[in-house]
Amino acid sequence: MLTTQALEVKNASAGAASPGIRLTEPVAKLIDTSTCIGCKACEVACQEWNDLPAETTVNLGTYQTLPDMTSHFWNLIRFNEVERDGQLHWLMRKDQCMHCADPGCLKACPAPGAIVQYENGIVDFQQENCIGCGYCISGCPFNVPKLSSQTKKVYKCTLCVDRVSVGLEPACIKACPTSCLQFGTKESLLLKAQKRVDQLKASGFTAAGIYDPAGVGGTGVVTILAYADKPEAYGLPANPTIPLAVWLWKRPLKWVGNLAILAGVVGTFLHYLRYGPKRVPKDTPPQVPGAGGQE
Amino acid sequence: MSDQRILPSGGVLRYTLKERVIHWLAGLSYIYLLLSGLAFWTPWMWWLALFLGGGSVAREEHPWIGLIFTFAVVYMFVMWSKDMYITKQDREWRKFIGEYVRNEEEQESDPHKAIRTYQPFAPVDRFNYGQKYLFWVMFWGGLTLFVTGMILWFTEYIPWSLRFLRLISVILHPIAFLVTLAGFIIHVYMGTAVVRGGFSSVIRGEVSMTWARFHHRQWLDKVVAEETPAKKSS
Repeated sequence: MLTTQALEVKNASAGAASPGIRLTEPVAKLIDTSTCIGCKACEVACQEWNDLPAETTVNLGTYQTLPDMTSHFWNLIRFNEVERDGQLHWLMRKDQCMHCADPGCLKACPAPGAIVQYENGIVDFQQENCIGCGYCISGCPFNVPKLSSQTKKVYKCTLCVDRVSVGLEPACIKACPTSCLQFGTKESLLLKAQKRVDQLKASGFTAAGIYDPAGVGGTGVVTILAYADKPEAYGLPANPTIPLAVWLWKRPLKWVGNLAILAGVVGTFLHYLRYGPKRVPKDTPPQVPGAGGQE
Repeated sequence: MSDQRILPSGGVLRYTLKERVIHWLAGLSYIYLLLSGLAFWTPWMWWLALFLGGGSVAREEHPWIGLIFTFAVVYMFVMWSKDMYITKQDREWRKFIGEYVRNEEEQESDPHKAIRTYQPFAPVDRFNYGQKYLFWVMFWGGLTLFVTGMILWFTEYIPWSLRFLRLISVILHPIAFLVTLAGFIIHVYMGTAVVRGGFSSVIRGEVSMTWARFHHRQWLDKVVAEETPAKKSS
C-alpha cells in the first residue's frame, strides 16, 4: 500500500525508519470470537475493497473457505472443531495479519523499506521495495505473509491502511453484521474487550480472556477468546515470539559477523604491513634431466 | 599427479586447464554470491544490490549462481579431495604455522640453503595444511550453503509444520557464509599478496621450479620423479 505520505512511518525493514513527530494513537481491530457467526462477510469485504481476484475453492469438508490464507486472500475465518469437557465446540476465528507491535517479519526483512510499521501500529508491506526473498515468512510467528508466485512479492492484510489513513474503518469491520469486529484505538478496544470478558465469565465461560500476546509486544488485533486458556484451539500460538533463529541472526550473529569481517580485512592488511610477501629466494634451478631444453 | 609435469619452459605445470576453469567458476560465482549476499546481510551493504541490478534481480540470481558455485565445489571435491586429506605430515607442519605466518622460512640468508632447509617445516606435498583446510572449509561450508539455500529459495513451499527447517536455514546460511568468507579472505590475500606466483599459477597454470621447491618441495620431487623414470629405478 502506498500510504507513506498520509501516515508517518515508525519502523521500517533494514533500517529505513523515519520517526514522526505527530501524536498518533495505536489502532487495532477487535475480534470477539464469541459473537462471530462465521458468515464470512469480512472475507468478501476484504476481497472487494482490495480488488483481490477470487480463489478457486474445493470442498474440504469444512465451512472454511481455504485451508490457509494466500497471496490474494488475506482474511480467513478459521473453523475449528474442538472437544472440551466432553462437548464438541465449533470455534470460529477471523485470521489475518496480527499487526504485531514487535513484528518478526519487519525484523527479518533485508530490503530497506519493504516492510513498514506506521506510527498508528499498522504493519504494511511495500511491494515496490519487496525483493521476494521470503524471510518475512520465516520471521512471522503467525504464518501470515504469503509470496505470490506470479509477482514474486509478499502480501497480507494491510489493516486497510488506505482507508484508515483517511479516517475510515477497515473493510472487514464495516461488513461485520454482529459487531464482533470493531475498530478503534487499541486502548479503547482493550477496555471494551475486558468488559466483554467479564460478561462471558459471568455467563459461565470462566476461561474467557483477551489474546494480546506480550511475546510480540502485543498485537494490533485484540482477540476475545471464550477459552483463552487454550488459544491453540483457535489456531493461535500460545506464546508467539519472534523466532529465536531470527533474533540470533539479526542481533548477535550480525554484530559478531560484522566485526569478524572487519577483523579479517584489517588483519590481513596489517599482516601485510608487518610481514609482507613470502620471498622465494632467486636462484638458478638445478638442472632437471629432460626439462628446460628449449626456450 | 599425471597431469602435472615439467614444462618445456623449465617451469612446472601446477594446475591443468580444467582445474583452472573450475577454480574460477567457483571463485567468480562465489564473488557474485558474496556481493549479493552482503547486500542481504546488512543494509549498510544494500548499495551492492543496486549495483547488481536492484534487490529483486540480485535475489532472483543469487540462488542460480549458487547452483553454479555448488557444482564447482562438488567438481573440486571430485578433482582434488584425494590431495586434500590431512596427513600426519600436515600435522607436523601445523606445529610451525606461527613461523609460516611470520614468513620466518626466509630468514636463512643463503637462498640455496633456505630452500633446502625449509625447516622446521615438514616437506609440503601438492597442497599445504592451510590450503587443505581452506578446501574443507569451502566444501563443507558450500554444502551447508547449498542445502540451507535450497530451503530459503523455496521458503513458501515449506509447510508450517516443517518450519523448523526454515529457521535452521535462516541461522545456518549466514553462519556458513561467515565461515567461508573467513576462508575466502585469507585465501585471496595469501594467493595474491603473500605467496607471489600463486595467483599466476591458477591463471596460466605454471609455476617456476624454484617456487615449487620453496612451497611444495615434496610435490616437486614427485613430479620430477615421474618425469625421470630412469633415475627413479637407479
